[in-house]
Amino acid sequence: MQQSKYPVRALVITGFGINCEEEMAAAYQLAGAETEIVHLNDILVKGRDIHTFDILNFPGGFSFGDDIASGKVLANKIRYKSLPNGNTFLEEINQFLADGKYIMGICNGFQVLVKLGLLPMLGAKVEQQVTLTHNNSGRYENRWVRCKVNPESKTPFLAGITAFDVPVRHGEGKLLFKDEATQEAIVSQHLNCLTYCLPNGETAEDYPQNPNGSSLACAGLTDPSGQVFGLMPHPEAFLSLYNHPNWAKLKRENPDLPEEGAGAQLFHNIVRHVAAKSSVTL
Amino acid sequence: MNYIQISLLPHITDVKGEQVRAQAASFLGIDTGEVKCSQVYAVQYNLKDHDMERFAHTCLGDEIMNKVSVDQIELPAENFKAFIAVAKLPGVTDDEGTSAQKALADLIEGNDFDTQTQHIFSQTLYYIEKPLTRRQLKQIAEELLGNKLIHHFQYDTLGAVQSLKLNQLYVPKVRLVTDTTTTTIDLNLADDELLALSKRMVLALNLAEMKAVQTHYNYPTIQAKRAKVGLPASPTDCELEVIAQTWSEHCKHKEFNAVIHFVDKETGEEKQVNSLFKTFIKGSTEKVRQLLQEKGNDWLVKVFTDNAGIVRMNEDTHFVWKVETHNSPSALDPYGGAITGILGNNRDPLATGIGGARLLFNTNVLCFGSPYFDGKLLTGQLHPKRIFSGVRHGIEDGGNKSGIPTVNGSIIFDDRFRGKPLVYCGTGGILKPEYNGRPTFEKLIDPGDRIIMAGGRVGKDGIHGATFSSIEIDEHSPMSAVQIGSPITQKLMADFMIRACEQGLIKSSTDNGAGGLSSSIGELATITNGALVQLEKVPLKYSGLRPWEIFVSESQERMSLVVTPENKAALFQLAEEMEVELTDIGHFSDDGNLDIRFGEQRVALIDMEFLHDGVPQKVMYAEWEKPDLLEPIIQNELDHEQILIKLLGSLNICSREWVIRQYDHEVKGKTVVKPLMGETGKAPQDAAVVRLGFGSYEGVAVSNGICPQYGDIDPYEMSAGAFDEAVRQIISVGGTLPNQSVNDGICWSVNDNFCVPDSEFHPTNNPDGKLKLAKLVRMCEALYDMSTYFQIPMTSGKDSMKNDYKGDGVRISIPPTILYSMTAKVDDIRRTVTSNFKAIGDRIYLLGDTYNELGASEFYKLFGEVGTSVPKVRKEAAYQLYQKVSDANREGWIESCHDCSDGGMIIALAECLFGGQLGCNVNVDGFREDLSLLSILYAESHSRFVVSIAPENQAAFETHFGDAATYLGNVIPGDKLLVSYKEEEIINQSISDLIAAWEGGLAVMGAIA
Repeated sequence: MQQSKYPVRALVITGFGINCEEEMAAAYQLAGAETEIVHLNDILVKGRDIHTFDILNFPGGFSFGDDIASGKVLANKIRYKSLPNGNTFLEEINQFLADGKYIMGICNGFQVLVKLGLLPMLGAKVEQQVTLTHNNSGRYENRWVRCKVNPESKTPFLAGITAFDVPVRHGEGKLLFKDEATQEAIVSQHLNCLTYCLPNGETAEDYPQNPNGSSLACAGLTDPSGQVFGLMPHPEAFLSLYNHPNWAKLKRENPDLPEEGAGAQLFHNIVRHVAAKSSVTL
Repeated sequence: MNYIQISLLPHITDVKGEQVRAQAASFLGIDTGEVKCSQVYAVQYNLKDHDMERFAHTCLGDEIMNKVSVDQIELPAENFKAFIAVAKLPGVTDDEGTSAQKALADLIEGNDFDTQTQHIFSQTLYYIEKPLTRRQLKQIAEELLGNKLIHHFQYDTLGAVQSLKLNQLYVPKVRLVTDTTTTTIDLNLADDELLALSKRMVLALNLAEMKAVQTHYNYPTIQAKRAKVGLPASPTDCELEVIAQTWSEHCKHKEFNAVIHFVDKETGEEKQVNSLFKTFIKGSTEKVRQLLQEKGNDWLVKVFTDNAGIVRMNEDTHFVWKVETHNSPSALDPYGGAITGILGNNRDPLATGIGGARLLFNTNVLCFGSPYFDGKLLTGQLHPKRIFSGVRHGIEDGGNKSGIPTVNGSIIFDDRFRGKPLVYCGTGGILKPEYNGRPTFEKLIDPGDRIIMAGGRVGKDGIHGATFSSIEIDEHSPMSAVQIGSPITQKLMADFMIRACEQGLIKSSTDNGAGGLSSSIGELATITNGALVQLEKVPLKYSGLRPWEIFVSESQERMSLVVTPENKAALFQLAEEMEVELTDIGHFSDDGNLDIRFGEQRVALIDMEFLHDGVPQKVMYAEWEKPDLLEPIIQNELDHEQILIKLLGSLNICSREWVIRQYDHEVKGKTVVKPLMGETGKAPQDAAVVRLGFGSYEGVAVSNGICPQYGDIDPYEMSAGAFDEAVRQIISVGGTLPNQSVNDGICWSVNDNFCVPDSEFHPTNNPDGKLKLAKLVRMCEALYDMSTYFQIPMTSGKDSMKNDYKGDGVRISIPPTILYSMTAKVDDIRRTVTSNFKAIGDRIYLLGDTYNELGASEFYKLFGEVGTSVPKVRKEAAYQLYQKVSDANREGWIESCHDCSDGGMIIALAECLFGGQLGCNVNVDGFREDLSLLSILYAESHSRFVVSIAPENQAAFETHFGDAATYLGNVIPGDKLLVSYKEEEIINQSISDLIAAWEGGLAVMGAIA
């Protein structure tokens, strides 16, 4: 891995029902980042500075129990509640992005980013343009799916990846666009960076390979700059080969299979990208 | 009051509405036509119009998919002819409303909104297209959409929809007259009056116990002590409630501590057992501890004396394990009962020792009546399908929303569980052995330490839960016994607890479960021998509770924390930052009294010694007699393909995928052996394996052994079999038995959970009580024999003694049931083994001996038979086999392993194929001559595994296992299960057909979410 002068620093938000912070922190540690789990109120109430970090992460979970709508109450807290310095957290985030830094949201974290308007941010507008809602099955489901990466996508999180297996664990993961124009803009700008697919790589139209009925079988989005990335599946739950439901047979078929899981690649990617950037600018 | 309605825009699919439509059609046979849902929030804050609009649009509505209307009802298209509104009853947990309150406080800062008590009330409004009758609407409301114990329903038909106004909707404001009085109860009564009093006050105390209380209050020394502080001679309502709660079966385990006169009518033997708990359960662990210590395996840290058992996994890791039942509430409100059960069980490991364990996983084992049950339901009884569906949903929300993976479980169906279902919830956690040099397993308290209540507020919820679970349910059961857990409240509290404990701010903790403050403080106070509590300080959900109600209320998501005065300020500061409400409600003392006050008012002054040791030991009678059963004769000309298909689709064997997928089984990213695995994600596994951390490959295997069906023939063999089942599941995934060598450190931790019907003999009410109790004694004897032989210790457990449902003069009793929930350390999770076959050409063997044991098998059940030939555990052979399996795993020979249980070897074999893409060709000639083909295929003999190995290891493998291994055949390409016997093909089935049959068993539940 390319060495930078300064360690890459990842901030992982927790609190209020977020529950995947530990595995997300483990993912960044595995990728070599200096990682800290920070309670949201350490930022909101105690004014903890996010700008000393390079990557801001919203993990999965059930913030506020998914009450009203998933991610909604947390998104509003970020949008409206003032920090000790008088800014809202959203204003701090805007500054964070203006500084060229990165944001990742997984599952409930993705729902928060979408409801905050940080994804897909068409026309650089921080306003809600898509939504994530109840799966067509009407059920919460935990199952492994396959996702392919949009080859035109520019987000550094997905660089060099074509497809990978990963678990989904959600009840509200169906992506809906505000209107056709929004959908067209997303497609034409390649912001639908991740797509549920079949083992042969074809887009998964139907359940269960498309687990929720998302438009375009879309599993993840990025903003036009590629700095903000969100997805419903949980790459941080596939850091080890032994997370895969078929690990034993895969290992039998290929005893030399690496023990690292495919999900780890996303974190290696962003940490390496930030490190490379900072070593250039320094 | 303002009303905000959130409905879906017309082009958005109404997933929830479509579900209601499908369920109404399939469950109730009612054609609703289209169903449209909307959410209504009744807002009791005074807001400016502009703020109300802003709140509605930004905090409640989603502009992409919602239509938002304030104080104006949004009606669907004109063709809708009926509506149902489902609100909560007063005081029932409304998380949706509470979260809306928090969102409002974030939106409009600076306003001092009271968000601690309910000001926003949520409800769901369903519009229905067809003009249903009121009766049909009532049926949909009560049987599909809610539960009349916790929900309020409004419904109307035809023109009513068009004239409906939002402000006509019901709002569940709690209206109670504040009454803080404490009354006294005269106990100087005749015996029958004492019993009547016990029943009237739901004390669940018998005559001997009532008389013990009466005697105590008549002691001159007690009367003098009371007179001195101005308390009357007779007990107060609070005192009686506290005594009843402390002495409840739930808390004191009176039957497990009773003197039992046991007569074996088979042998004529008579004996006396002084406490089943001390003799068999604690007794076995003490013996095991000795055996372990002899080999330097000193990993039992704390057993039976805390909320959960503690064992040492390694120097930096203690493992905390607790499993308990939550049956009675789940019979009345399945969702609320189950979610309260799992969240309550989570609090046990969380509050073991000092507290602050990090919860690693949940398990759950459920026993229900058949969802296909078509008999008559008794008054107040819910259909098994509803109980199943509600319990499943409760476990989903309880686990998923807490971020704790539900890693395994089991579901048993037997119509005798249709009165009271069994809901066993288990939780494992990791406790650091020390916080800043202080051992975490100790619960230290000194006089003067503060009592801090943390978490949720107190309402009338669950008053009498502890006493209620100790009596039979009948149509008059108190409805305040029902409560609904709030996972988000508990998650906040758990996050806070972990931080506070690790920072050394908490000295000890315990959870408020059954019995509420009365139980938690009463128990903690035994450490210092006294406590003083000021009830007026306890924060309430709504006013109007009487002092005794505050003290015994079982409102959920609460902990009692012990905090030194000097740490109090720092603890309160942390709690404020993490949005957890704390209240200082008193302190511990050493004056020998539980002293309860409400302001200046004395509410209770109970002698600690009497409270905890004053309950008279129960005397009970047991009489064992073998059941009068015959072995059936099954004709041998059977179509085994058809039998296999039938067995796979039978309730106790069929796929649980529909249930499993709705539980998050891999949050935390540590689940290595999941409930379903393989390429297809369909192959069922024997035990779960969870990694302890990201930095090491050590893990813990988790299994559950339960087989009540065998108890119909012999409860001893049933209990022994359940124990073996749990052990062999752990061996199957690659675990090893404990105490194999000096200081090997392989720790095991087991929770036993007994659930039995009323086993107290009564000539008219319970004439077969002696037999039932004898069954319990035999179950305990097997526990002792197995535990000490395998050197696998019980570390905690629970008993639930009155699992009967009475109504309309009929009693439905569960079969006596024991669940062994086992956990064992796994050295290296990379060497664990899964059940599905791995490669073409691999050799398939059966390990372990098969016997002509078809008694109580799933095979006999197909013919409506029970039989007599119950599977017996041969512990010596089992022990040796398990050692050999572990040795073989160390060599890496075993590619797949699956234990044989319900349905016998043929089912285990079929399930090994469900991982995908591989078939098998086996021949079953290699068995002993005395075995019938039926036994070979379907006997449920214990201690057996279907395994596969790579061909190159065949010679070494066969030498290693000798006679214990029976060669069956090979793994082949393609989609076939082929079985031959004596040169005849008896099964030739495509695996996809087998899977279809296996997945069809719970089709009746498929539409429910």
